[in-house]
Amino acid sequence: MPTPRTEIDAAPFVRLSAVTKRFGAASPALDAIEGVILGGRITGLVGPDGAGKTTLIRLMTGLMLADEGTVEVLGYDTRRDPGAIQAAIGYMPQRFGLYEDLTVQENLDLYADLRGLPKTERGRTFAELLEFTDLARFTARLAGKLSGGMKQKLGLACALLRKPRLLLLDEPGVGVDPISRRDLWKMVENLTAEGIGVVWSTAYLEEAEACDHVFLLNQGRLLFSGPPQEMTGRVEDRVFRLSGVDGRRRDRLARLLDQDGVIDGVIQGEAIRLVMKPGLPPPTLGTDDGAAPARASVTPPRFEDAFVDMLGGGPGGRSRLAETQRAFTEEAGRPVIEARGLTKRFGDFTAADSITFDIPRGEIFGLLGPNGAGKSTTFKMLCGLLKPSAGEGRVAGFDLRRDAAEARNRLGYMAQKFSLYGDLNVIQNLNFFAGVYGLSGARKRERIDLMTEIFDFRSIHDMSAKDLPLGLKQRLALASAVLHEPEVLFLDEPTSGVDPITRREFWTHINGLVEKGVTVLVTTHFMDEAEYCDRISLIYRGRSIALGSPDEMKARVASNDLPDPTMEDAFVALVQDSEAKEAA
Amino acid sequence: MNVMRKLDLKPERAGRARRFAALVRKESYQVVRDPSSILIAFVLPMILLFLFGYGVSLDTTRTRVALVIEEATPLTRDLAASFEASRYFSVVNGRDRREFEDDLVLGRVRGILVVPASFTADHAAGRHPTVQVIVDGSDPNTANFVQNYAQGTVANWERQRASEGRSPPPAIAADQRFWFNPELTSRNFLVPGSIAIVMTLVGTLLTSLVVAREWERGTMEAMMATPVSAAELLAGKLLPYFILGLTSMTLCVLIAVFLFGVPFRGSIAALYALSATFLMPALGQGLLISAATKNQFLASQLALISAFLPAFLLSGFLFEINSMPTVIQWITYIVPARYLIPSLQTVFLAGDIWPMFARSIAVMFLIGCIFFALAARSTKKRIG
Repeated sequence: MPTPRTEIDAAPFVRLSAVTKRFGAASPALDAIEGVILGGRITGLVGPDGAGKTTLIRLMTGLMLADEGTVEVLGYDTRRDPGAIQAAIGYMPQRFGLYEDLTVQENLDLYADLRGLPKTERGRTFAELLEFTDLARFTARLAGKLSGGMKQKLGLACALLRKPRLLLLDEPGVGVDPISRRDLWKMVENLTAEGIGVVWSTAYLEEAEACDHVFLLNQGRLLFSGPPQEMTGRVEDRVFRLSGVDGRRRDRLARLLDQDGVIDGVIQGEAIRLVMKPGLPPPTLGTDDGAAPARASVTPPRFEDAFVDMLGGGPGGRSRLAETQRAFTEEAGRPVIEARGLTKRFGDFTAADSITFDIPRGEIFGLLGPNGAGKSTTFKMLCGLLKPSAGEGRVAGFDLRRDAAEARNRLGYMAQKFSLYGDLNVIQNLNFFAGVYGLSGARKRERIDLMTEIFDFRSIHDMSAKDLPLGLKQRLALASAVLHEPEVLFLDEPTSGVDPITRREFWTHINGLVEKGVTVLVTTHFMDEAEYCDRISLIYRGRSIALGSPDEMKARVASNDLPDPTMEDAFVALVQDSEAKEAA
Repeated sequence: MNVMRKLDLKPERAGRARRFAALVRKESYQVVRDPSSILIAFVLPMILLFLFGYGVSLDTTRTRVALVIEEATPLTRDLAASFEASRYFSVVNGRDRREFEDDLVLGRVRGILVVPASFTADHAAGRHPTVQVIVDGSDPNTANFVQNYAQGTVANWERQRASEGRSPPPAIAADQRFWFNPELTSRNFLVPGSIAIVMTLVGTLLTSLVVAREWERGTMEAMMATPVSAAELLAGKLLPYFILGLTSMTLCVLIAVFLFGVPFRGSIAALYALSATFLMPALGQGLLISAATKNQFLASQLALISAFLPAFLLSGFLFEINSMPTVIQWITYIVPARYLIPSLQTVFLAGDIWPMFARSIAVMFLIGCIFFALAARSTKKRIG
């Protein structure tokens, strides 16, 4: 006897009661999580890396059991009936769960067999899913040879083979270009219309804004559960955009952050974005030192503004690191970093294709693009780690072909995932990097002591780097990169996965260093972060498809339909433009 | 709910068969497309086989020795000629052993054979003449060899003279004869043995690697979240690698027989019965390792140390088990290759001796069951 649909929809798909999960003796990965997930809508599990998102999804699949509390999925207890749950859900793990040496069709066949899709329904289902994911042309291609976006769609198709009632997606947007991400979002939205419940986990806070319901996790705790509008509503009318800032805006920001009543602030293109305490007007700039006052206007709040507010505000604007840094003031006469037609080919694949840009002293320059676009390749050529197939690069006036070692002495490099020595403790890591950068004797001791003091390493000095929480790892990586007071900083995905407070602290230091004349090259796939840069180069499929300030880029794509585009809107529009041009 | 399940039994069984077939098909595609499994299942065995077929030989031919004749007489010259004619020695002549002491220490000669000045006189007097053999005891294998073969050469020489009526017959004539491998070609021993090593590689190393790889690539997690059961997952892995192991073994046997000319005196049935049973503990151990680690590097290290090296060192393949310390001898009882290798050597060199095979098969089956039970117990549809 089929149950009436309305009744199914009313019952929660997932019920979490006091769910706690521990790994080892550390603080719990999930701490007494309560909540209900309903069908027919997208529920976001939002939070930085290590917040507990993946653990919570695994608990819902029944592949992992909670230490305390119960997880009930579609009416079944995960402890008693994991089989029944697994037959009724679709799950896409972080790397999509595809067999790379099987073709698209073979992957579909495999999952169809495993999920027991009847032979008679296959033709129709495959055709539908291939149409839905736009993969029909690629059925004979090996999954390993698909682009990130295509893999993601195939992963989704495999999870949807036997129309699940609940679809669990673990960070489906990571490393995928924004266009594919938007495509996927649309697909998933269509599914919710059919009553399917979708759980979408993400570390991108802008994705949270689009969800119907959000669970905000931080360090295993549930900070917020509700519609994202409720979250952003808490800072409504408290977020301001200061435009027409007279003078150096990073210096202005630093001073603003130390004023009473300012909860959070970031650089946003030419402007400054501020979150104020309730009921306080935005500060007026320029009254104290004769500079022209800035224009303050109320701006719609973002999820991140509310998150920082909830965490008690940003860390303030002072950077002790920058204060103790010697200034680079001398005019070099030529740009500090130059890339001239940098090209790298691997076999017949061109990873970077004639990348050209100049970065003057004291500028933050960003390379923006999805994974695999060629950011890191360009980056590695500029720090002399990879020999260009063609073109030339200069850092601080040194040609990377001839004087790579000289050039490297003048730059500090912070690699992706904070390449530290996991088995060395904090002080040993600092000692090691100081040695690598050629510091010795009193100066080495002095610099290490300074870093220990600035970054507050004293209490954790003998912890192994691998046991540090992500935020501390990032601090240690930054400290290691600036030990020798480099005039150029290379930052490769420096804030990937860290919580917004740690990100604020990091950028306070970087902003301060830039004010002292340090030149920064940064790669990122966070669209917000791109707006902290003075100029950015949009890298897509190995080529730089646009170069300019964030405001210029946004202005280029502004239209009547979209008068105030976000950085992501700009990215998507510029990529589509460049593809249209290529097709023409 | 329970009633529903009972009614669904039939489709459930069909679903199981289909899932199993799908897993086997998937695994087979991967084997064919993945260069590393081809490498481990076919290229590595070839290299091993050629190494043992051509490179490694426990026979020593033409060992360089110094022959010191302290008194040149027709009799000693005759003995010297017999040494020079020997196919085991390459002889450097001299008159004083001191000339060769450094050479022996430096390994330029492997032994010094001293025909003493009294040799001719002793011989004439009817006393048994002696030849002194000086060898380097730090290399016992070669030392033994030089000693034995020098004695043999002298004995032969005496026998020959006696048969020609030029000397009295030797007191005792020991006539050595080797059964089954009359030329004592070590290749005939090593090649069947190395087939066991090859199956260990495929069964244990490859299997544990492919499971660990699924964990590393995140595919295991996606599979587990489907209705597939842990038993189906295991079985779907086993069958393809079982077949791959037998294929690899067949290839090795063909090479052994047709290329190396190793005799094959037993039956093909015995060969496959033994090999198939041996793959049980090999695969079981592979699964056990993959249940213990989800990391390819660790899995390969564990497989090499716990399966490959014992099969190499503790199976009687290269080293005689009887001459191992007692404790080590006990350990060899749990090394499955210990049972396979003598049986395989028998299949090749002697023929079917079913009582011996039955015992080996029984023990390997037992060890296999234990590994499977352990692997099944530790494989759960759970993460962490």
